[in-house]
Amino acid sequence: MKTQNKKPKKELTVEQKITRRNFISFTAFIVLAGGAFEGWRWLYKSPEETAGITGGTRGPLRRALNKTELFFRRVFSDNHLVKTYPKSMAAKHVRVNSDIGVEANKKFDPATWKLQVNKKGGEVLQVSLQELMALPKTEIVYDFKCVEGWDQISHWAGVKFSDFIKHFNLDDYAKMQYVGMETPDKGYYVGIDMPSAMHPQTLLAYEVNDKLLPLEHGAPLRLIIPVKYGIKNLKRIGTITFSNTRPHDYWAEQGYDYYSGL
Amino acid sequence: MKTIKEKHSLAMRWTHWVNFPILTIMIWSGMLIYWANDEYSITVFGHTFFRFFPDWFYNTLKIPHRLSEGMAFHFLFMWFFALNGILYILYTIISGEWREMVPKKNSFKEAWLVLLHDLHIRKTAPLQNKYNAAQRIAYTAIIIMGFGSVITGLAIYKPVQFYYLTWLCGGYHFARILHFALTVGYVLFFLIHVVQVILAGWNNFRSVISGFEVVNENPQPVIESPQPIIQATTKDENAE
Repeated sequence: MKTQNKKPKKELTVEQKITRRNFISFTAFIVLAGGAFEGWRWLYKSPEETAGITGGTRGPLRRALNKTELFFRRVFSDNHLVKTYPKSMAAKHVRVNSDIGVEANKKFDPATWKLQVNKKGGEVLQVSLQELMALPKTEIVYDFKCVEGWDQISHWAGVKFSDFIKHFNLDDYAKMQYVGMETPDKGYYVGIDMPSAMHPQTLLAYEVNDKLLPLEHGAPLRLIIPVKYGIKNLKRIGTITFSNTRPHDYWAEQGYDYYSGL
Repeated sequence: MKTIKEKHSLAMRWTHWVNFPILTIMIWSGMLIYWANDEYSITVFGHTFFRFFPDWFYNTLKIPHRLSEGMAFHFLFMWFFALNGILYILYTIISGEWREMVPKKNSFKEAWLVLLHDLHIRKTAPLQNKYNAAQRIAYTAIIIMGFGSVITGLAIYKPVQFYYLTWLCGGYHFARILHFALTVGYVLFFLIHVVQVILAGWNNFRSVISGFEVVNENPQPVIESPQPIIQATTKDENAE
């Protein structure tokens, strides 16, 4: 038998043990560190996702954002409400951060405006501001949060999106997964998951600080959705659509998280 | 005679070295996010001593106009950061190693003596086990800070869903300040840590990669001493 030829193993000296263990651990360390560095390089240099509903970020990072969305959707609840404040704390001068889709030089007459709701079979429901103002009015004073990191307590009023759905018999549409909203010029557009749209604090707002919206804040009707960053709070809603796939979204096309939920 | 003295477990070494690049990426991507609303400064009585951060700093590190990129990286690596931290904490609990880590009653007093020793003001350092009193405080603090980063991070990431965390952190603004301050804390920790590691020397550094230290043990004559020898160690093998 072969084993008979085997010399009895010599006990390693301390010196040998030290060398051996150093060699193993440092080799492993260098290999793993190299692997980690290569992994990082792969991620950092990975190509941008194919532009579509979302765009503008590295492919793997987009997949991670979408997976993370799935996780945090689990903790979303209609019972989780944004903190509200007394009216006295609301900013007198509400910050205007962007005018995409509502640019001042654009021709727009709020008086002739009507909200368009695209229904099945090409049917379009037209709703005037007067009709919306006849519905129960909901006010909210909350901390509006911008994706940039600033925030401002502001006071808005309008119709709860869920009240709007009920009143215009759109319940079947609310069973779909997404709502899309666009400015009349289609220059700005957002996609909202249905649970967030139907959240009790989501408003189709027509007032700020007890006055009708000025143009720069999205007259005559804008979205106020406290469970999302400001980028989803579309000004000057022209069209509302419903779908089971993600509607296109201005900032999701530019590298931002589609969900952008708070 | 040279002997091998086991020091750091594989779990400790693994989580330590995994944390290092992850935390680096979290700090970097965090700065990409912070840049979009860089409102913090150190201002006393209207005089601004330091602005977070000066333009040269931003430009050197290519930070401006990368908010969405920063968020995408931050919200991926946050998972690894939290997971690695949880694994480490679980390990210290299960192995019982936390006993070597958490400060003892006299640690705060002793840490002062360690500091004086490290600054070469005092000749001897207090007797210690694996970690000295200052290390116990620092290493426990850094774990609490990591936990704080996760909590304050969640508080500003999902302030509606985790409203109770936001409340716990003193509101949205204060949570963001804490999240930022903790990060500054990591950077300061890192600087001191690296200096200490350099001063402690090769044997100590190697132990965080290979797990052991080499100790010279002189055969000691067995003498019954009338009182226990409280010989303070002045070797630097026991620094960071």
